[in-house]
Order: sequence, then structure tokens, then C-alpha cells
Amino acid sequence: MTGGTLHDRAAVVGVGETSYLRGSKDSALALQLQASLTAIRDAGLEPGDIDGIIPVGITGAPAEEYIANFGLTDLRFSAVVPHGGASGIGALQAAAAAVSAGIAKHVLVPAGRNVSSGDKAGVRIHQMPQFRLVTEFEKPAGAIAPAQLYAPMARRHMELYGTTSRQFGEIAVSTREHAALHGNAVMTKPITIDDHQSSRLIADPFRLLDCSLESDGGAAFVVSSPERARDLAQPVVSLAGIAMGHPDSPSSITQRPDLTKVGIAKAAPIAWGVAGLGPGDVDVAEIYDCFTYVVLCQLEDMGFCAKGEGGPFVEGGRLRLGGALPTNTHGGLLSQGHMLGMNHIVEAVRQLRGNAGRAQVDGAQVAIATGYGDMGDGGLAVLTRGAR
Amino acid sequence: MSDDLSTGYWDGARRGALVLQRCTACGHVRHYPTLLCPVCHSDGVEPLEACGRGTVHSWTVAHHAFDPAFADDLPYTLVTVDVEEGPRVLARLEPDTAGLQIGRPVTIGFAPGAGGVPVPLARPA
Ligand SMILES: [Zn+2]
Repeated sequence: MTGGTLHDRAAVVGVGETSYLRGSKDSALALQLQASLTAIRDAGLEPGDIDGIIPVGITGAPAEEYIANFGLTDLRFSAVVPHGGASGIGALQAAAAAVSAGIAKHVLVPAGRNVSSGDKAGVRIHQMPQFRLVTEFEKPAGAIAPAQLYAPMARRHMELYGTTSRQFGEIAVSTREHAALHGNAVMTKPITIDDHQSSRLIADPFRLLDCSLESDGGAAFVVSSPERARDLAQPVVSLAGIAMGHPDSPSSITQRPDLTKVGIAKAAPIAWGVAGLGPGDVDVAEIYDCFTYVVLCQLEDMGFCAKGEGGPFVEGGRLRLGGALPTNTHGGLLSQGHMLGMNHIVEAVRQLRGNAGRAQVDGAQVAIATGYGDMGDGGLAVLTRGAR
Repeated sequence: MSDDLSTGYWDGARRGALVLQRCTACGHVRHYPTLLCPVCHSDGVEPLEACGRGTVHSWTVAHHAFDPAFADDLPYTLVTVDVEEGPRVLARLEPDTAGLQIGRPVTIGFAPGAGGVPVPLARPA
């Protein structure tokens, strides 16, 4: 492995999350601080040990809030990674680079949101500079929310490859099953493929049960060097490889040469290469699931199956606990709650520590977490139990 | 360089024409507007009025109003259209037709949308 890569140069040493729910009385900042304290203490650290902060999401409080609330006196690194749902992976990459370079010792990556009290996604995205073209040219036609903007990607996949709505349903059903096992989830009532098929159409082909949940909560993790990680409280979870990728035509899906291909198609070969691992080595997958189809598309773009074969791939219980590729063992954004993909990273770490409770994948040694955001930016993190 | 990138598009839209950008250096046709040609990085640009013919690339039917301004329109169909000049345009499709398929020929015009803003309108050719 070349010296410039992030192979085993950083570890996730602490994770934390709040309850996921709708209608939290706590502000986004309060939820971010709660999750952060949990993650810091999980690592065996104290807030004063944090010397780097990368807030995630457009509700992410600036580093100054942490300096004030934690009484920090020596913050050496802060950054903002503006990739929507890919921000967690992007922040993990930036944090790993910072600890690897010796700029900071312990970098906190917090997220938290209270969407119950605020604007929904369909309003929020039009306030973001990266969507100015969508806002100017597509919103007047009635293309408002991510569900509508992503639906043509799924529709084209269905038309080209014969992918079916029932196959999307497989992803919704297995994810819900895992949410029930996990427990900390907004939605835990079991669903069937028929429930999926009879849920109302939102933006054809997406039905209600294809869509992730707007929810409240906080999630956070702490990144340190492997050397420091060995002296902390938890089994070492090493970052074996990581990469980010932007799709061609990054901000407008409409102009994308291939609607069925997203940014992770560029990131995945790099992340696998740095990790020295491939899809066949993965014990558990936490795949960003803002919509069911987005999971299927990323599975293809990461090389778990060929382009167009995602539909059959997700069938037959492959994604369920006990299946060949247990996926979204926490319930994902579809059933646990929408924490910008931060909850995928938290769950991947728990799985590798072996403390994922009833949703534990026996003997998990290799886990992946992906990010997907801002219309197609993608990231893949390959994590391992200890350095390999 | 002018930052007033969209003037040509909106002036055209108001008279019912789809106006794209063409690079005066290499001829590349682009949409949505950018300051530089992504192929040759020239800032030389001229308006190009599209012929108005295209084919369906993908589509979605909205059944939920994410903005109250569109509640009365439900359900409505949004098509992504490959226009003959190269780029794609997101348009409303009328009349809503069953049996939409990739490659179906359409024509692109404009019609007033919510708030009177001209919106691309595709019709089966
Ligand atoms: Zn050019």
C-alpha cells in the first residue's frame, strides 16, 4: 500500500447516539451535544481531549458551539464537509487525514437534527447553494423534493433492467425487520412486501415505504490514530480504506450522462484498493438508504453485483440477518431514523465490536458504511475489527 | 465574464423557445448555464435556440405535493427529455399518457407554471 493512503491510519474510537424519534423537545444543538458526550465517553475520553471537530449536516453547529459548551481551550482542527448524506463518510475521511497527519489527536464528528420543529427536506434543499440549478430550473415545473428528483433514476433502472417495485420492497422489509431487532428506531412494526406494494405512491415509482423517515436525534463518533486507539476504552475499529466520489453533473440529476450511476462508483474501487479488501470480504453492510432504490444502485456501483443485477441480488433474503450480506442491521434511514448516514457509521462500529445486540452479525470482522448525498455524491468506508 | 447566466434561457422561455448555451470556441452545447465551457474552458458563449424535438429519457409521476403550489396539479408527470442538441430538459408532460417509454418522441414548448413562471412542456410528437 502506498504511503499516501488512509489504510489503517485512523480508528473510530467512540460512537454515540440519542434515541431516534419524532417530535423531540430538544434542539438540534442539544441533540448534537448529547450524542457527542456519549461518543467521547464511549471512547474513554473527556470533552477536553477533543482537539478537532467536523460538524455534519446543514443543521450542524459550528465548532465554536463545542468550544463554548465543552470549555475547549485547544481546538486545532475544524472543517465542514458539505455533501449532504455523504457528509458522515466525508467527515470520517477528513478526520482520518487530520489524525494521520498529526494535526489533531481526537476528532469529533457530530450530527443532530430536529426536523419536527423545522422545515422538511422539500423546503430545505432549495436553501442550499449546491441545488441552485434545481431550484432555478426544475422547481418551477414541480420537481421539489428528493423523492421526485431521484424517482427518474429508479424508473430508468426499471425500464432498462426489468427491476421491479417488489425488489425495492425486499429492501424495505429487511430493513424494518432489523429495526425491530435493534430497538432504537422510529419504526419497528413489521411490514411485508404486500404492505410495501399497497403503500401509497409518492413519486412513481417510489411508494411511501420506499422513502426514509424525517426524524429527530443525534449521532456522533470520535476518530483517533491507531496508536492512541489501542490505549482507549474499546476494541480497535480500524479504517481500512475510504474514498469519496462525485457523479458527473454533480448537482443536477437531469444532466447526468448515466442516471443509474452515482458517485460511489468512482469511490468504491479506490476504497477497496486502499483496504486491500473487496465485496466478497464484507460481513455486514450499512448502506445509505434515503430511498430503497439507492441501496440497490450502490450495491451495483460498489461491485457487489453487475449493473442491472441489483434487483435479483437483493431478493431471497440476502440482505437479512442470516443472509449472505446482512445490510442495514440498525434499520437504516428507512426505519431507524434519518441521521444523515451517521447512524450507519455508528452501527458498523458496534457490529465490529460485537455489541450490536439482537442485530449482531456473528463474528463480524469487516463492515462497510456508505454515504450518499446532494443528488449523488458518494463515499465508502471499509472498517475492520483491529488492523488487518 | 457575466454572472447573468440565465438571461438567455428565461428570455427564450417567455416567448416559448428553449434556449441553450453554445461554446463559441468548440461548439459544445450545454445546459444548465455555466460560466465556462466544461470541455474547453472557454468563456465564449452564444445562445442556441433548440429545435424543440426530443425523446423521453426517464420520468416520474408526482402523487404527493411537496409544495402546496402544486397540490391542485396532482397527479402530474415530469419527464426528462433528451433534446436533439444534446442536453436534457426536465419538463411537465401533457396530456398525461399511459405507456410512457424510453425513446418516445416529444416536442418541447413552454407553458405558464405556478406563479406564472414559464415551464418546459413536453407533448407526444
Ligand atoms: Zn468549448
